Amino acid sequence: MSGVSVAARLREPTQVVFLALLGLIALGWVLVALDGGQFLTMESVVGIQQRSAALGIVAVGQTLAILAGSLDLSVAYLISLASLVAAEIMAGRDGNIVPAVAAVLAVSALVGLVNGLVITRLRVHAFIATLGVALIIRGVLDHLYDGPAGKVPESFQLLGYSRIGPVPVSALLWAGVAVAAWFLLSRTRLGYRIYAVGGNEEVARLSGIRTGRVVVLTHVLCSLCAGVAGLLLASRLGAGAPTVGTDGGYDLESIAAVVLGGTALAGGKGGVAGTVGGVLLLAVLDTLFNQLEVNSFVKDVVRGVVIVVAVAVYARRLKGRPA
Amino acid sequence: MKRALPILAVLVVLLAAIAFVNPFFLEPAGFLAFVKRAAPLVILAAGQYFVIVSGEFDLSVGSLVTAEVVIAARLIDGDESATWPVLALLIVIGLLVGLVNGVITTKLRVPSFIVTLGMLLVLSGAVFLWSGGAPRGALSEGFRAFGRGGLGPVPWSVLILLAAGAAAIWLMRADFGKTLMATGDNERAAALSGVRVHRAKIYAFMLSGLAATVTAILLGGFAGVSAQVGQGLEFSAITAVVLGGVALGGGRGSVLAAMAGACTLEALFTLLNLYGISGALEFTVQGVIIIAAVAAGAVRLPRKFTPRKGDAHAAS
Amino acid sequence: MPRRKATVAVFAALALAGCTTDKPPATQSSGAPAASAAQSGQGSGTGTQSKFFVQADFDAQLAMRSQTPQGPEGKPWEQAIAPEMTDTKTFKKDGPYHLCFSNAAVNNPWRQVGWKTMQAEAGLHKEIAKFTALDAEGKDDKQISDIAELQAKGCDALIVSPNTTATLTPAVKGACGKVPVIVFDRGVETDCPVTFIKPIGGYLYGADAADFLVEKVPAGGKVLALRISPGVDVLETRWSAAKVVFDKSKLQVVGVEFTDGDAAKTKSIVNDYIQRHGKLDGLWMDSGATAVAAVEAFEDAGLPVPPITGEDQQDFLQKWKDAKLTAIAPTYPTYQWRTPIIAALKILKGEEVPKVWNLPQPKITEETLPTYLQPDMPPLHYALCGCEDLPGFPENWGGKKS
Repeated sequence: MSGVSVAARLREPTQVVFLALLGLIALGWVLVALDGGQFLTMESVVGIQQRSAALGIVAVGQTLAILAGSLDLSVAYLISLASLVAAEIMAGRDGNIVPAVAAVLAVSALVGLVNGLVITRLRVHAFIATLGVALIIRGVLDHLYDGPAGKVPESFQLLGYSRIGPVPVSALLWAGVAVAAWFLLSRTRLGYRIYAVGGNEEVARLSGIRTGRVVVLTHVLCSLCAGVAGLLLASRLGAGAPTVGTDGGYDLESIAAVVLGGTALAGGKGGVAGTVGGVLLLAVLDTLFNQLEVNSFVKDVVRGVVIVVAVAVYARRLKGRPA
Repeated sequence: MKRALPILAVLVVLLAAIAFVNPFFLEPAGFLAFVKRAAPLVILAAGQYFVIVSGEFDLSVGSLVTAEVVIAARLIDGDESATWPVLALLIVIGLLVGLVNGVITTKLRVPSFIVTLGMLLVLSGAVFLWSGGAPRGALSEGFRAFGRGGLGPVPWSVLILLAAGAAAIWLMRADFGKTLMATGDNERAAALSGVRVHRAKIYAFMLSGLAATVTAILLGGFAGVSAQVGQGLEFSAITAVVLGGVALGGGRGSVLAAMAGACTLEALFTLLNLYGISGALEFTVQGVIIIAAVAAGAVRLPRKFTPRKGDAHAAS
Repeated sequence: MPRRKATVAVFAALALAGCTTDKPPATQSSGAPAASAAQSGQGSGTGTQSKFFVQADFDAQLAMRSQTPQGPEGKPWEQAIAPEMTDTKTFKKDGPYHLCFSNAAVNNPWRQVGWKTMQAEAGLHKEIAKFTALDAEGKDDKQISDIAELQAKGCDALIVSPNTTATLTPAVKGACGKVPVIVFDRGVETDCPVTFIKPIGGYLYGADAADFLVEKVPAGGKVLALRISPGVDVLETRWSAAKVVFDKSKLQVVGVEFTDGDAAKTKSIVNDYIQRHGKLDGLWMDSGATAVAAVEAFEDAGLPVPPITGEDQQDFLQKWKDAKLTAIAPTYPTYQWRTPIIAALKILKGEEVPKVWNLPQPKITEETLPTYLQPDMPPLHYALCGCEDLPGFPENWGGKKS
């Protein structure tokens, strides 16, 4: 289980997802052209990026948790919480941006820490642990808020709306987070340990890795990503909203994007590049549906089929190789 | 039975607390009303138990319940004579959905979390596509009777629950149960010792689909057509099973405990409601209790059961 | 790593502050709707007043109840109550037109019926060459992107049904400068749209229902209030108005519960209250979706159904007739989905439109029940769709040809 062989194996699904992305863009081009429109206009390219930035950031964090053999169902509520913490502390004043961002990151890290500790110390399955934490946050949100609250100052709203040519700042933020996670996974000891723990926790433990600590760290990082996504959404909405995370379905959708990108749900295999591809694939699919004005029920059916088929394809490719 | 003791103890305490606040609960009518309310979730949890104990997840049950109710309403359309054929069709659909989940999970080697997540999306999309966005048609009185009516003072749903519970316990005591336990405990070892693990898992998914069908019939009968009847049921069912001490990842826990877990969850809701913690903070309390209950079970387990083998016979 | 992310975020925001931005101009909104009058209602069991309650709006809506709407007879979707007209000559242009619509969602039967009605209305006018609609699927963030995307499609007018009031305000403001904007259903915190179309509103809905119970339930009677969920602006107004009415009455509100719009939960809650209080004398509901389930709870308990309030969904109207209920059905009419198309065409033709287009908001009473009960329509169909004269009725709305 050397780092090299892991890297070699995970490259394949990544290629598949980017090939699929290219294929989808080509297909979209044809379909929209037949419909009498133009597929990749400036606006739709900007739209694809705007639409995928928040999900992309959450999915990067989710990738870390899943690679370590865990998963996080609490991100959706955490995003709502983060957007509210940000908007409430900012209260429309520029001077409060830094404390607000710091508070969001602190709250997120704390939630991640709780997730991680419940999983490792109390030995609760990640599914139940993060579902439980999600319920706790939900109760607090419902108790304290009954609608959008707080106010994001103009200067911070630029994060959600500004762009350099065709590239929105939010997409750059996403790229930054993705590159940082890629660096962490492929160039640091922690990254190596994440793969090792996700691959086989018992073996990792026997080889001297403090597996509990690795899992806790990935959860803290995953929650931080959710917090950053919450900040981004707050800047888009101009306020905090108690339902922004759940309305966006960021919990299940981020997991779907991760596995669509070829990361194994069981952990240990995959990477951030695939996740970026998976998120882009979902966003391009969405844009295509938008252009063709496809009814939302058809969208659900197509999304469901795409996710299952993609993972089935990856499973096929891995078949017959030493596991 | 022994495996179900802790959760049964918790359940008894909760029921006593309910009775303390609401004495009507001790009368047969009051207690039966509670069982009637809990029946759909208990049956759904029993179905989910088979899947979980075999080492998988079924996230599609909630949207399957919604889909079945919407399908039933449109096909029956108030016509009494259509009741039984449609009931039969619903059972076929439930089994078929389980079959597809199972086959894709085992033969195409897609993790069941993903398969059933995909199924969730496909089912909810497809059924509303077919019905034009909102339910149409109506359920017949005959269909409604299962969730609404009763045999004398005893609601049908309570009788159906007893039958389903007995069947589930019997299944787990039969060879099938041992096969399923072995599969969930260590799939490779089970396969090497001649267990047909794929077939066992597919049956488990089909049982979950069947349980979702029964739940749909009871819920649709109880409250009528609604577009959100199954919303969130998948998480409630999984929570209930885990609350009963069944380990996610498979191979451990009893079906009786899983069903007791569902009753406990329902009792917890009732109790929170009675004490006026309803509404917002209810979720927080629920989250804390679930984590605490599972943590208590997990921390205690290793001391009692060091090896995970031989556990297969603990089913009851 | 966290520091890295924070740095990236802050740096990006600061460094690029001067670059291109799609951000709409500075916001001057008044912020959250301040509660101008939070009367205490202690002792009547209605709890504290919602922070969404605005006394002036409440008074205005109740005043509209007695005013006669202006406009063509028999076409309530073209009528307006106390309109203050606004000039639209600056938007006048020649057809054919390209209309665009950013829809919050089609995720419930009310929006389904409305959306079908709007599509049919758009099909009526040959001067509409193209009608582009995007569904935000209930996501604020997607609706913001959708509005931006639609502006690039060369729309002549933009219709918006906002998903939430506060968070969609900047996006609507951004669009106002480029195309005439028509907002309906929920409002936004800016007056930049050419017209805002809505039925009279939630206060009237809630008050109509509560007034009925005050009239029908004897003094001291026990009333249970069932709400869908907290924090939804259009529903908060309904309850806050009912609270004002109940606080002044001699009725005793024994509980205010949330049903999540779930029929099974509704039935269980009503059952619990029947058990606890022996009986209930009245049932107030903030929407009709679960009214039938509530009625069934009484039937299953073998009790007579007390006076109840519902909505204009067919299943409730049918139950009302079959069980001979003492009932009333305030409405939030789906015919309001026709009006934005009509308004858009008026604006593009330079005809004046009301700045705030208050549509009539009838309530269904025992006398008018037979008019609205349509047994061939699906159970969750809304009677006040105003769609009976549209092409494709009733099949497109799921009904059977009679």
